Amino acid sequence: MTTYTFGLDTFGDRNSDADGKPLSHAQTIRNVAEEGVFAEQAGVDFFGIGEHHTEYFPMPAGDVVLAAIAARTERIRLGSAVTVLSSDDPVRVFQRYSTLNAISGGRAEVILGRGSSIESFPLFGYDLADYEELFEEKAALFAELLKDGPVTWRGKTRAPLLNQDVVPHTESGPLPAWIGVGGNPQSVIRAARLGFSLALAIIGGRPARFAAYSQLFQRALEKFGRPPLPVLVHSPGHVAATDEQAKAEFWPRWREIIALIAPERGFALPTEESFDWDTGPDGSLYVGSPETVAQKIATNLRALTATRFDLKYGMPGLTHDQLMTNIELYGRQVVPRVRELLSSPGNGRS
Amino acid sequence: MGKPSRLAVLGAGHVGPVIARLAIKAGYPVTIAASGDPEDIALVTELVIPGAQARWAGDAVADADIVVLAIPLHRFLDVGPALLDGKLVIDAMNYWPASDGALEAFEDDGSSEVVARRLSGSAVVKALNHIGYHELEDQARPAGTPGRKAAGVAGDDPAAVASIAGLVDRIGYDPVRVGILRAGRVLQPGGPVFGAVLTLPEFQRAVREGARSLT
Repeated sequence: MTTYTFGLDTFGDRNSDADGKPLSHAQTIRNVAEEGVFAEQAGVDFFGIGEHHTEYFPMPAGDVVLAAIAARTERIRLGSAVTVLSSDDPVRVFQRYSTLNAISGGRAEVILGRGSSIESFPLFGYDLADYEELFEEKAALFAELLKDGPVTWRGKTRAPLLNQDVVPHTESGPLPAWIGVGGNPQSVIRAARLGFSLALAIIGGRPARFAAYSQLFQRALEKFGRPPLPVLVHSPGHVAATDEQAKAEFWPRWREIIALIAPERGFALPTEESFDWDTGPDGSLYVGSPETVAQKIATNLRALTATRFDLKYGMPGLTHDQLMTNIELYGRQVVPRVRELLSSPGNGRS
Repeated sequence: MGKPSRLAVLGAGHVGPVIARLAIKAGYPVTIAASGDPEDIALVTELVIPGAQARWAGDAVADADIVVLAIPLHRFLDVGPALLDGKLVIDAMNYWPASDGALEAFEDDGSSEVVARRLSGSAVVKALNHIGYHELEDQARPAGTPGRKAAGVAGDDPAAVASIAGLVDRIGYDPVRVGILRAGRVLQPGGPVFGAVLTLPEFQRAVREGARSLT
């Protein structure tokens, strides 16, 4: 019997009030803490916060917010989604999340990656052209730190460590740690080589095409002599009472944020046609009624032999109330429905 | 059509495997190479690019008629031009500072113009760079399909452009010859069709409107 896990991720998307006026960064952050606490009440298994450093995603220190949530919850697992490891210090990341693990009684996780955001590179004095080398070295060091013993390490991207004890020690085994991968199969191999679980960030195109990545991951684990590790799917979406309402709430905010990013990133704007495709059965946006979203999640978890789905909820400009409704529908209706769909016979799983 | 051209795809990251799969589906013999030992990409090739053969870059290129450059642009500067001498080269790379960081060598001109200057012994055609790797495979359709999407092709050598336009057509897109490499700047990040998936009339309209502001 496969155990499935269902999470919610946020990037600290800046909220607006009911009149469309943006709330302060501070209020948005307080709302995220409320949302995390409410996610536990709604029955969600995991709450993740992705690192961002912008006006519309004011969330550079998600671990601090996770600690606030930890103090007010008992069961929900808490983690990053993602930590931009390349522009951080692996030792500090380990210390922050093992501290969160202590505060939360062993509920911390970490997902390492880059996300689609790059603003931390200039902010902390890193060159994007060094991205690959930074990530490779730091992920390898992080894998050593997870062993929770004295670390000896030498590389180009930070000071060497000689038999260094890094505290606090985790009391309940190693932190669950994942590497987030977009579309590069060699990143899948790296996750397997270093012994991280695989988080597939699927934010465009047909999710089913990632099935090969899931197989690649398990085959690579075998090749490196490692036991099987789980695969999770992270995708954006929005749940409301009906498909029409979910799309009507999400589309203007989605278009708005892409329109803000597009000029600096140099890509084209989504059209209503492309949005309909993305939110349809073949696309990678999970926007709709609980039933629509549940069907899509179940279909794709099966197709990708993944055991965890994390919905990246919210979008700058949505209201806190809309997000709370999303969380409630996800936890109370979508998740039980997906479990039901996945336990029905003939789904091809043992 | 006679014997199909043999393709060597350089790069097994985000973009290379997608182009390789499309080419295999269209009937081309395809080899793929990363920066090192083909053994390193054997699993990726077997599971993600079935039908392709992983080889050392030098061997893959030597036996190919068409070479696809799908490596990060900063890595291109490490590729010796002699490797690609006499080859028909598809430049599917992008200079995209907002995503990959700034590179001085590419600050002033169109990225494919810089690539072509460096590869003076090759015929360089800019193509398959402007549709995102998420979409490139999903949106490919056989010729004649209603609503089929368009993809731009630019190059200074008309015969090379014609050949790559044929390839673009066979792998699933209406080819649009946008002109010489300099005109191919419309296909770059910041250009009117970058990241867009458009039908032929939409593409032509976008290029006409965008070209004014870019040249």
